Amino acid sequence: MESSSKPLRRVVLGQPVPADLDDEPLPTEPMTINMGPSHPATHGTVRIVLLVDGEFVQDADVQVGFLHRCFEKESEHATYTQVFPYTDRLNYVSPMLNNVGYALAVEKLLGIDQQIPERAQYIRVIVGEMSRITDHLTCNGASAMELGAFTPFLYLMKAREWLYELLEEVSGARLTHSYVRIGGVAADLTAGFADKLRAILLKLREAVRDADALLTKNKIFRLRMDDVGTIDGKTAIAWGWTGPCLRSTGVAYDVRKDHPYLTYDRFDFEVPVGSRGDNFDRYAVRMEEIQQSAKILEQALDQIPAGPILLDDPQIVLPPKREVYNTIEGMINHFKLIIDGIRVPPGEIYSYTEGGNGELGFYIVSDGTGRPYKCRVRPPCFTIVQTLPVLIKGRQIADIVPTFGMLNMIGGECDR
Amino acid sequence: MGLEFHTSRLADAVNWARKFSLFQYPFVTACCGMEFMATAAPKYDIARFGAEFPRFSPRQADLLIIVGTITERQGPILLRIYEQMAEPKWVIAFGVCASTGGFYQNYSTMPGADQVIPVDVYIPGCPPRPEQVLDALIMLQERIQKGEGHSQKALRVEAQAHKAGQLKVLP
Amino acid sequence: MLALERLKERFGPAVLHTASAHGNEMATVERARSKEILAFLRDDAETAFDFLSDLTAVDYVAYPPAGREPRFEVVYQLYSTSKQHRLRVKVGVPEDHAEVASVTELWPGAGWLEREVWDLYGIKFAGHPDLRRILMYDEFVGHPLRKDYPKEKRQPLVRRST
Repeated sequence: MESSSKPLRRVVLGQPVPADLDDEPLPTEPMTINMGPSHPATHGTVRIVLLVDGEFVQDADVQVGFLHRCFEKESEHATYTQVFPYTDRLNYVSPMLNNVGYALAVEKLLGIDQQIPERAQYIRVIVGEMSRITDHLTCNGASAMELGAFTPFLYLMKAREWLYELLEEVSGARLTHSYVRIGGVAADLTAGFADKLRAILLKLREAVRDADALLTKNKIFRLRMDDVGTIDGKTAIAWGWTGPCLRSTGVAYDVRKDHPYLTYDRFDFEVPVGSRGDNFDRYAVRMEEIQQSAKILEQALDQIPAGPILLDDPQIVLPPKREVYNTIEGMINHFKLIIDGIRVPPGEIYSYTEGGNGELGFYIVSDGTGRPYKCRVRPPCFTIVQTLPVLIKGRQIADIVPTFGMLNMIGGECDR
Repeated sequence: MGLEFHTSRLADAVNWARKFSLFQYPFVTACCGMEFMATAAPKYDIARFGAEFPRFSPRQADLLIIVGTITERQGPILLRIYEQMAEPKWVIAFGVCASTGGFYQNYSTMPGADQVIPVDVYIPGCPPRPEQVLDALIMLQERIQKGEGHSQKALRVEAQAHKAGQLKVLP
Repeated sequence: MLALERLKERFGPAVLHTASAHGNEMATVERARSKEILAFLRDDAETAFDFLSDLTAVDYVAYPPAGREPRFEVVYQLYSTSKQHRLRVKVGVPEDHAEVASVTELWPGAGWLEREVWDLYGIKFAGHPDLRRILMYDEFVGHPLRKDYPKEKRQPLVRRST
């Protein structure tokens, strides 16, 4: 074979091959390829129809709705208290936060949101922040696993188990708690809860530190996450982003700080804000939020007062079982509240709290009966996932995995 | 005695090998996925039972674990994944949503994954505790050993039809 | 409140009704000028609603005692990240001509939210670049969140033969 007269050309890996490399360029055409709905790297079910040119994504069509379980339609047929289990299954990695958000919305409609007992408010904050920690642990752990880092996933799952056990002690279920009630919480904290939680927070910080050490300084992780899936603050706001994803772009919007609810204004905590808006910033913001949530938990455990955990109002709160079984009034009261539901005066409200993924809003329209006329959830990750094509256009297929993972799409919330 | 003894002992040995080396395909849709992750995590450790590493291609898996709610939209996809698996294959319906639809009774939720594919073991719970999942896995392993999975029975029926010359070749 | 004042002063009769309850401010506006009004709310320096928090619809046909006209109401929840105030804008939509102007040009985040309202309520958004079903499948007939669609009416795509 005669030697080539042309000098050797260098081709940079990861960049499209220059068109003049060969005399006769290979004919190419873009290919439509399907990613999902059952795919290991898609949390839950989502289908991304990709138009790819080799490894590079030219266009993407994200199809959601494979987990549409009709939260709104079911809520219209359930009493206000029966909606709580449905809210658990919205953002199922942080179920307490959904419970709390919904309870606050109904309480505002009833006009009792300022009268919730203080102990109940602190308990809501405590379990809410524990749920937020489980959300961020799961997101970061699962995303790390998808990039091949199995060990940090196991460390963070180990940490999540401790929180699940404690939440199970308090509410009776590891995952779908249905712990909050209109007017307070269903049961008081168990004996020794504070000590157990403090012990867990110590171990948790260590586990998170171990997992973080394996990832933050890891060259492979950084190469896959840095400057991938970048978005700037203004675009993110126009697309409806909130939560850790928005804060990673530099916009410091956190409902707990800007519009405090429950007792969040009594705690000293910071809102971590990123700068570049790329995947690594989203990861780092979540890791730091775990630390800040732990800080809030410690302060809440110090400040929590003794007292009742449910409002003392027979129109809203079930009477204690002693009365239900022994007095006619208690029994009738119980019966009416269970069968008819809590009668909420006609009106509408949009109430918002900081969920695991951002602004979790509940728009409730009531018609005077014990069942909501409309109960809409504003899903934080719905608008974030909508932006995925913008983030991955021009990038490689392999970049979709960390980008999608870091957006933290939770199927139950996105599809409702 | 003779050939039947050897084949039945062989079948026992093969089933023993199958039950302790299940390659699972976790078809994760919803909240039960969190408990599935917890079962795979160090505390409850599904690896002890041999069913550790998820095979993310149905062609390489023999245990389809349907984790979470199946909606009507997801039905054809579930069927397609099931058909892509090679026999013998087993199916576990993880959680009440996959078993019967759970507490969702609406226009979008399929009342159980067994509306579309045959299920061998149902795990109730919303979500089930990891111990329930391990119990179900042991139950499935017993069924595999006895050869009672739907797919194993279907294979035997097919083998007998083939022996009796009754098997029709599809066009 | 500031946003309501600005709205009334600028658009006068097109603002059909305003209210303030439970800490929420809301304004019902005319359907014909809804996009113009929302654009003003976004671009005006005093109101500066740069964030569309939510877009949904309500079907009032079964609202006690006897329903309400117009049947549907498209609801926009607006928020301003700079001024930190909120506003709810409601647009009445009649059943026979269930259409309203799309706001994807103002806030791209409205894209999927409008698709969802089309999918579940059947309200068309004029000017939307890609109005198709999002949560239900294409073979589904009907708009399930309307009050006259029965909750348990399934339209299965596939079932086992046995």
